[in-house]
Amino acid sequence: MAKTTETVKAILELKQVSKIYTLGQQLIPALNKLSLKVCEGDFVVIMGASGSGKSTLLQVASMLSQATEGEIYLKGKNVTEYDEVERARLRNKEIGFIFQQFNLLAKTSAVEQVELPLIYAKVAEEERRERAIEMLKKLGLGDRLANKPGELSGGQQQRVAIARALVNNPSIIFADEPTGNLDSKSGAEIKKILIKLNKEGKTIILVTHDPNVAKIAKRQILIKDGQIIKDVRTDGKKCH
Amino acid sequence: MSLNTFKVATRALLVNKSRTFLTTLGIIIGVFSVVMLTGLGSGLQAYVSDQFEGLGANTVFVSIGQVFDGEGSFNRGSVGQILSGNKFTLRDIERIKRLRDYVDEVTYFSTNVDEAEFSDNTTPVIILGTLANYPEAIDIDMASGRFFNVNEERSGEKVVVLGDGVAQELFDQIDPVSRKIRIGNQNYRVVGVAAKQGGGFGGPSVDDYVYVPYTLTSRIYQDTDITQFSVKIKSAEMIPEAITAIENELKRSFEEDEFSVFDQSQLLSTINNILSMLTVALGGIAAISLLVGGIGIMNIMLVSVSERTREIGLRKALGATPNEIMIQFLIEASLLSVFGGLIGLGLAYLGAWALQPIFPIKVTLTAVLLALGVSTAVGLIFGVAPARRAANLSPIEALRYE
Repeated sequence: MAKTTETVKAILELKQVSKIYTLGQQLIPALNKLSLKVCEGDFVVIMGASGSGKSTLLQVASMLSQATEGEIYLKGKNVTEYDEVERARLRNKEIGFIFQQFNLLAKTSAVEQVELPLIYAKVAEEERRERAIEMLKKLGLGDRLANKPGELSGGQQQRVAIARALVNNPSIIFADEPTGNLDSKSGAEIKKILIKLNKEGKTIILVTHDPNVAKIAKRQILIKDGQIIKDVRTDGKKCH
Repeated sequence: MSLNTFKVATRALLVNKSRTFLTTLGIIIGVFSVVMLTGLGSGLQAYVSDQFEGLGANTVFVSIGQVFDGEGSFNRGSVGQILSGNKFTLRDIERIKRLRDYVDEVTYFSTNVDEAEFSDNTTPVIILGTLANYPEAIDIDMASGRFFNVNEERSGEKVVVLGDGVAQELFDQIDPVSRKIRIGNQNYRVVGVAAKQGGGFGGPSVDDYVYVPYTLTSRIYQDTDITQFSVKIKSAEMIPEAITAIENELKRSFEEDEFSVFDQSQLLSTINNILSMLTVALGGIAAISLLVGGIGIMNIMLVSVSERTREIGLRKALGATPNEIMIQFLIEASLLSVFGGLIGLGLAYLGAWALQPIFPIKVTLTAVLLALGVSTAVGLIFGVAPARRAANLSPIEALRYE
């Protein structure tokens, strides 16, 4: 293990964050005063049994839902009180999503799928198309530009989704069981892409319960009852 | 933004073409019926106005009973008053004729129905027993031959002038003038054929008339009742004075409320009133189908929102604001209605064109603008509820939705 510790800037910070769901009269705490710092270039995997709060953590950290308590900082800015419109803009600009179900639009070509975030970023049509094509080529789908989801294999569909997540050049990629719906060969392919992206400097936060996937990350976090019970780093970096 | 949102909305509609078409069908039918039915109403109005203007601007009509009810409508009791047995006598008419300062001609007529026959052809006819001055009083042009003259009128000669329709039925290609025809059990000599007037809407039209001297019909049909007559006034400016003079003359034989004296403009405005109401009523009935079309759009949009919950969640995750989602669905709804409205309008124009030869249909710009405006508004109004539902979906719930 490296003796010298490299210090890197925190890109995402959760301070004492709680998320409590109300189910009728019952209060269900999904996150319980959880604190977490993610640094630029981190490859974090979040593991935990179902019901542990790992999905809630991903939703709160990715601005999809609002914390009940605590503060969230993105690139040093306090974004805790952002309203729905501000958070939509933030997701558009700073966050890329990769889902287990791919979540591609039916009857829509690969290029148009990848263009979606750019539409909401108000990028002009021509530039939008260029950037989408470029991103698809980068992911090895240069010959699949006009194909619709039904005409693509699972692995190809997930690669289209990854292109969509990357096209607006976000600060953090959130991936929720990205290989969960794929056979092992396609899964391995996706894992390779994620490793490559991280090497290029992308911050990745990945939720999974598959230990084989977890292995590829440089930092493993284990969640139980809405709290971090284990946080292991193998790259010797330190966040501040 | 708006152009992009517009494209997104158009795409969504094109993805599901058959459903898009079925949804617009309600609006298509709605706009089609509004434009067609108000077109029929307006056409009828224009046609009737035209016909009444043909009655002559200088003519004053005198009738038994109160024809108008004083509120711009016909008096429903007037038929009863006619049936009451009151009638004008030839003496009344003579007195009106003597108002020489105003009166040019007085003509009157009685009507009877009978069957006309020439060689093997027969046709039902309306027999108008009238005076030789009838064509001048009522503006009738002759297609061939002449109208019967004063001598024939006075002596009650068996001469007849045929309406264009009767001439066609009985004679087809042959020239009827100077031929003998049979009406009822009498033989008549045809002296002329009146020019085609058209109209009638499938009922009897003036083309189904035959004109016969009054003295003759009163003898044959034992019918001398005169419940109406027309007075041709020397000039249009004199009409108000003339009406007063005629009324004063008639008050000597009748109570004030037992007769009416009126001119074409009064008759026309009353008929126009009634036909405008008819047009509005027809449009109103058709508007109901437009409303139903709007509800159809709302229904489909609601289905579409719940079907596309995941898509909405994804769009939100990728950065769409609630407003952008709302506008997308509103544009979809209004595109459906505008598209439907335009097709409906096209069909209505086609329908109007096809009906033109048999029915006087008149598509007015007001009706067109109203139908398009209302259909667009319908799309927007009925699109709001589904669009709001879409906009308010939480992205997480939506993404989790199966």
